[in-house]
Amino acid sequence: MLEIVNLTKNFGSLIAVSEANFSITKPQMIGIIGRSGAGKSSLLRMINRLLDATSGEIIHSGINIRNLKGKGKRKWQKECAMIFQQFNLVPRLNVLTNVLLGGLNQQPLIRSLLSIFTQEERNKALKILDRFGIVETALQRAETLSGGQQQRVAICRALMQSPKMILADEPIASLDPLNAKLVMEALRNIHTQEKITVVCNLHTLDTAKKYCDRIIGMKAGKIVFDDAPLKLTQSKTKHIYGADEDDDFNSSVTSTSLG
Amino acid sequence: MTLISKSSFDEIERNIKRQAKTRAFYTIIFILSIVFIIILGVDVANERNAGSFSRGITKVFDFPLDIISDAFERGWGWYPLLLKYFPTLLSTVNMALFATLVGFFGAVIMSLLASRNLIKNKFIIQFTRRILDILRSFPEIIIATLLLYLMGQSILPAFFAIAIHTIGVLGKLFSEVIENIDEGPIEGLTSLGSSWPQKIIYGVFPQVFPHFVSYTMLRLEINVRSSTILGFVGAGGIGQALKLSIAWRFGDHVSAIMVLIIVTIVIIDRLSSLVRHRVIGLKI
Repeated sequence: MLEIVNLTKNFGSLIAVSEANFSITKPQMIGIIGRSGAGKSSLLRMINRLLDATSGEIIHSGINIRNLKGKGKRKWQKECAMIFQQFNLVPRLNVLTNVLLGGLNQQPLIRSLLSIFTQEERNKALKILDRFGIVETALQRAETLSGGQQQRVAICRALMQSPKMILADEPIASLDPLNAKLVMEALRNIHTQEKITVVCNLHTLDTAKKYCDRIIGMKAGKIVFDDAPLKLTQSKTKHIYGADEDDDFNSSVTSTSLG
Repeated sequence: MTLISKSSFDEIERNIKRQAKTRAFYTIIFILSIVFIIILGVDVANERNAGSFSRGITKVFDFPLDIISDAFERGWGWYPLLLKYFPTLLSTVNMALFATLVGFFGAVIMSLLASRNLIKNKFIIQFTRRILDILRSFPEIIIATLLLYLMGQSILPAFFAIAIHTIGVLGKLFSEVIENIDEGPIEGLTSLGSSWPQKIIYGVFPQVFPHFVSYTMLRLEINVRSSTILGFVGAGGIGQALKLSIAWRFGDHVSAIMVLIIVTIVIIDRLSSLVRHRVIGLKI
């Protein structure tokens, strides 16, 4: 389905991602873990084409995503929805409009320039909002919502795109534990209901272990672990996070669980 | 960590004092030369002018007194003068309003092309910015004088002059507002495959609109004043009426026109601050 081949990204002399290789053959919930600056974010952004790769290939259904331009590129971006740490909603527009923006790509330009949305689109957006329990906020400005609610609006916007894949870049890094749980459950729910791949950048180990079917560990731009969560032993964790062997490394330090 | 020794501390202290002395010396020289230049200027003016500076200064208030006494002599007949000059006031305000409106739309388009976060092509940005610089660098009165010469005496040259200057000023201000916006929403819109115009409509405009309105209202105030002044070079409107009345020393007419101008400017000032506060209030 999706195949990443020798994907590399340099920022000047800094190597953010170095020859990353992995493939996704069936819909999975994948967690990417690693320290800050390990290249997790760059990897996701390259897949969505927010960032241009230096070399390597991203192949989806036989098409090299890296070579797409203009309309083709935007079509791909529509199919691989992205969720951000800072939500990236339009703060002064209301929640409903923010969700409707997810459908921009399928709209004729004239209609979107005049901000005309069809009844069908509105119904779809409201249904999605209802599914995540925030339909009553539909007419509020996005900026008046709490972080957890805003992230759920962002998830709704992603679903509005009818994506084939969702990429989430640190979706819970700026949320409190309860909201983090809600957001992770929403993402898991999308994976099981829509049967699409969800790739999450996480920096909390226990979240990754709890929600993901597969974990990819990155260290200094390289993929150093790619397997089921159960295979992630203490020593492998230490390797990913670069902790010294004699340091007592405890994943519960970064825990976000409530119980 | 090393502490500064006593001797080096004294050294620094001496340096500070020496610098303070030098600075004081230069300041005195500067003040003296300014005083010298002023005396020289008054002297030159005394030689060239008909009257001397010292004798002329007592007559500063003669003309304002004339105006007021003329207005009183006119009695009740003064009020119809307000009505008489009202149409010229309307044409001046109209000129300013229309020029501001046209300037606003021109500035929005130019500012989009001059913002580094919206346009990746450096050539387009530099080109647009230089054009804005040129539009902004000529005062309205110079553009108006030139256009009056080309187009004849009417209200149109003043309109073009103000509109051109407004595009230059607002375009620059708008592009600075755009460059300071939160990039998050734009990144979000890019990630879902929206095109450039869609990013502008949904990612940029909602964020910058209150600032745009605020700057435009401020500019409207300035433009009403400018369009009055442009009347002096023959662009019609109340400015031209004022110039003629002053030339003929009709104190009652001058006072009526000045009352009209002052009242209008106060009203526009209040109106624009009302709108600005309303718009800014929406942000919270």
